[in-house]
Amino acid sequence: MAGAQAETAVYLCTGCPLGCRLEVDAVDGDVIEVRGHTCKRGERYGRQEYLDPRRPLSTTVWVRGAQVARLPVRSAEAVPRDRLVEVAEALRGVCVEAPVQRGQVVLSDVAGTGVDIVATRSLQPAG
Amino acid sequence: MTISSEPRHLDARYDVLVVGAGPAGMAAAIGAREMGASSVLLVDREPDPGGILLQCIHSGFGLHAFREEITGPEYAERFFEQVLDHEVDVLTDAFVMDVTTDRRVKLMSPSVGVTTVDAGAVVLAMGARERTRGAIHIPGDRPSGVMTAGLAQKMVNLEGYLPGRRAVILGSGDIGLIMARRLTLEGVEVVGVFELLAHPSGLGRNIVQCLEDFDIPLHLSTTVVGIHGRDRLERLTVAPVDDERQPLMDRAWDVDCDTLLLSIGLIPDAELARDLGMRMDPLTGGPMVSSTMETSLPGVFAAGNVVHVNDLADWVSQEARVAGEAAGALSTGRMRPLEDIRLLPGDNVGYVVPHTISSDHNQTVSFRVREPIYGDTQLRLGQVHRRKLKAAVPAEMITLKVGPHLLEGFTGDALRVDAVPFDADRDAKGGER
Repeated sequence: MAGAQAETAVYLCTGCPLGCRLEVDAVDGDVIEVRGHTCKRGERYGRQEYLDPRRPLSTTVWVRGAQVARLPVRSAEAVPRDRLVEVAEALRGVCVEAPVQRGQVVLSDVAGTGVDIVATRSLQPAG
Repeated sequence: MTISSEPRHLDARYDVLVVGAGPAGMAAAIGAREMGASSVLLVDREPDPGGILLQCIHSGFGLHAFREEITGPEYAERFFEQVLDHEVDVLTDAFVMDVTTDRRVKLMSPSVGVTTVDAGAVVLAMGARERTRGAIHIPGDRPSGVMTAGLAQKMVNLEGYLPGRRAVILGSGDIGLIMARRLTLEGVEVVGVFELLAHPSGLGRNIVQCLEDFDIPLHLSTTVVGIHGRDRLERLTVAPVDDERQPLMDRAWDVDCDTLLLSIGLIPDAELARDLGMRMDPLTGGPMVSSTMETSLPGVFAAGNVVHVNDLADWVSQEARVAGEAAGALSTGRMRPLEDIRLLPGDNVGYVVPHTISSDHNQTVSFRVREPIYGDTQLRLGQVHRRKLKAAVPAEMITLKVGPHLLEGFTGDALRVDAVPFDADRDAKGGER
């Protein structure tokens, strides 16, 4: 093994619309310090972004029997960034029946990520 | 929750009538009830309340209103639950055709036909609409496949259609960036985002999580100069632009695609306001308003994107709540605040809302800079207030809290709002600390 590998990664925090510029110091893959954040969530974001970047996912699934064709859904927690497209693909064939309640689980453990997909809108049966 | 196009009852007269049930209208209706209006009618032209929030399925909403980050539909539904709790009458599927200066509101809907409702006060909360191809004069053919980003968002998120297979997005506003990600997740190939300006128009977080996460290229200082296709869009010509934003045609290139989404800005949907003959602000395209969001017509208020295009739905709701509260207070016979100080956009300020303020109460002043300042920025409100910002860009609306603490002792009739680089300000003031 060579000596300790130190690096500084720079990210723009996506935790809120403020968009703080974060600097994450790491040695041998361990986060030593996060700088540039203006809140606790920002520090957590910087650490997470270096170790295992994740994003919340919002998409839609088919809904039958409602006034609209699509039901908006989101991941109950963030999913690995590099699996966003795969998770969206796994949801493409899903169809639910109205009525739907906001917060209702539409699919558990989507694509083996351990993350549930929940409805973000209540829909009554049409007519 | 049940939402119906049949009102529980529709009275002939309401203390307050709100036009538009988006993030502005819902907040205004709640505000009006809380300040004592005994009857409030909320009217929307769509079958469901919520406005454009219903198609904004992404998160980024609610950080101020609910202290947590939620999606557009969740924001709409949670707000609407409060509307129902406040015993507001709601009429959906209803189009407001005309409002008179004595606040007779003519509306039309399948459930009530054409009818007129009298209102003690009216709040206009119609929001904004998107600028289209005609607004920027892109030359070329007129094939299908060219549409605004918000229309594509409605097709994908509500109606279940994809606009095409291979898309280009013109404009780096937030709606365009969000649609780049949205289309990618639905399996549409997004070839790139083109932006006329040298800097992105949308939030930094959206550049990261909508473009960089999916390796979608962003071409700054580049625009679409030609649209080609007989029936369906087949190809675009794009070109870099010089410092004067003129295309450099010798460096133009072609991009094959079947879809062009335009994300080139919003304009207040202010026809009703214009028809009423109220005083309009040419800088915003919306009505001029007082610190309580009252227009030049007594008893007619306006708030949210119909007044000026905001960055966040949360701010729209905050502003509209002020309008609703004032409309509600007026209906109970309370006096208007003394409104005697005009606000004027000064150095590097594109517009200011509201257009007048009062030294009687606290108010929020919103404005945008014209040119970006990437560094310490001095904000000045006449001689009465200064604030330093780390940077100021047109994409981000700036707000100042202004109240009696600042205006006490001010005897003039107008205040200028300036936003200038910090050093220049210091030079102008001869080394002032």
